[in-house]
Amino acid sequence: MGSRRVWLAVAISAAVALATLCIAPLIGSTSIDYARAFAGQSPDKEILFYTRLPRVLLALLAGGTLAVAGVLFQALLRDALATPYTLGISSGASLGAVIAICLGWRAVAGLSAVWICSFAGSALVLLLVLGIASEGRRMSSFTLLLAGISINTICLAAILFLQYIANFGQTFAIVRWLMGGIDAVEYSTLAWLAAATLPAVALIFLKARDWNLMAVGEEWAAARGVNVSRLMLTGYLLGSFVTGSVTALTGPIAFVGLIVPHALRLRLGADHRVLIPCSFLLGAAFLAVCDTLSRTVLAPTEVPVGVVTALLGGPFFIWLLRSKRRSLWL
Amino acid sequence: MNLFSLREVGMRYDGAQVLRGANLDFAAAQFVAVAGPNGAGKSTLLGIMAGLRPKYSGRCEYAGTEVARWGRRAFARQVCFLPQSLKMEFPFTAEQVVLMGRTPHCDGLFESPEDWSEVERAMATTDSLEFRGRDFRTLSGGERQRVILASAVAQQPQTLLLDEPTTFLDVKHQVAIYRLLRDLSRQGLLVIAVTHDLNLAASFTDRILVLDAGRVAADAAPSEVLTTDTIRRVFGVESSIQRGPGGKPWIFYGE
Repeated sequence: MGSRRVWLAVAISAAVALATLCIAPLIGSTSIDYARAFAGQSPDKEILFYTRLPRVLLALLAGGTLAVAGVLFQALLRDALATPYTLGISSGASLGAVIAICLGWRAVAGLSAVWICSFAGSALVLLLVLGIASEGRRMSSFTLLLAGISINTICLAAILFLQYIANFGQTFAIVRWLMGGIDAVEYSTLAWLAAATLPAVALIFLKARDWNLMAVGEEWAAARGVNVSRLMLTGYLLGSFVTGSVTALTGPIAFVGLIVPHALRLRLGADHRVLIPCSFLLGAAFLAVCDTLSRTVLAPTEVPVGVVTALLGGPFFIWLLRSKRRSLWL
Repeated sequence: MNLFSLREVGMRYDGAQVLRGANLDFAAAQFVAVAGPNGAGKSTLLGIMAGLRPKYSGRCEYAGTEVARWGRRAFARQVCFLPQSLKMEFPFTAEQVVLMGRTPHCDGLFESPEDWSEVERAMATTDSLEFRGRDFRTLSGGERQRVILASAVAQQPQTLLLDEPTTFLDVKHQVAIYRLLRDLSRQGLLVIAVTHDLNLAASFTDRILVLDAGRVAADAAPSEVLTTDTIRRVFGVESSIQRGPGGKPWIFYGE
């Protein structure tokens, strides 16, 4: 693929993401108007700037980051089904967050305790899963997935236990958190999240050529001059860091990291130089659209966004698999 | 001048000595076949030389520097290793696979026009240009091998290490690939290929290295190495050996 096709694909994805950013804040139970909001008129200004815009921005940032994390783990494990979710990293993050909620920790060194514990949880699960799956020098992706599923189950059981012994207020906070939801957040929180994830996503993008080689094979990459063990460490650390950061704010959101990269690979091929930017932009748009649906479909009741991604994404994914198979057969 | 110089190279794996006491020299412009029964240490030897098995004992130098001390990128510009096969999970095109051979030569995120012309030249060399845009996973075994080989040519190495490059190929493609490897060695490359096909090795290579239970059992020109005695001793098979055109040995297996 020449660089012109790369730019075209990225430009289209960027246009979709931008359109989502512009349109999604307008949709909701109260109709608002950009002209009035920017002119400072109430209540348009408050609804746009304090309710809808931060929420759309969070959805964009979270969706893009989760999609890139999916691409990253799929390349590292050479498995199109690998995501931070399937490897148990998301549930590790959840357990960390639930522990923080149960212990009533609020802030450590000016940072949200839920965020820190969530990140620590994801990193811990990652180390555990990697430790279980490594057989000497080699890493079996099959064992890795099985280990991920086991850790997933253990973490979920631990969460249920904590929920059971927690008091009423804590239980409510936990349940709400576990549903995976996008909420209106403070701009300072958004800035923190952006400062944490965007540089990591950029770093992941800059290594796109190396992910191409890793996605083919470890020895393939090593024989072409890649320092494989350092690259793997970098990848797993960056991947769990961004997953932990996002999950801390949104709770576990499945499917984004699976569907978006997979759909794009069918359309654009496997080159990570296209796949990473397009996954970020379209993953962002996808989650923002899902979140808009989640707050409008049953308004004023909200459907947790995790439910929407699964209900929308699941059938779409199955349709993709079917249509791909047909094109291979005929 | 020797490119590779191995002294007392050995390797233990899970408590078993899979390779021991290998003293070998390899010079440029040679086509060497590495043969031996399964588990003789062929892939291990190749892996050590490719810098992929750093925990070997003894000394294994490339161009005067220990393989383990070479920078990975600089080494990749000198030595290219090709695995037996690729299990491709993702839809890379043939051209993208070949393009990966340019990795040690280019910086930055995108390839230069020079890289692209190298890719084109390499694919023409292995007769794989016609399926450059196809998904690698949809290619036949022979087409895949030609693409992988093109990736090696595009890497422009001094030395080519191949682990069974013609397994699963039909006769035509086996011969085509061995002819290509011989041509590359005539152009100055050191080519070392693991193979099970002794007759193919005898027809095309300059030297056959036979490993048996981790030791070098024979190492010389094909006509010297391929004797009924060696074949019985190493492979446990009776054979009779005829001479083909140019005095090249040809093995008939069985009594």
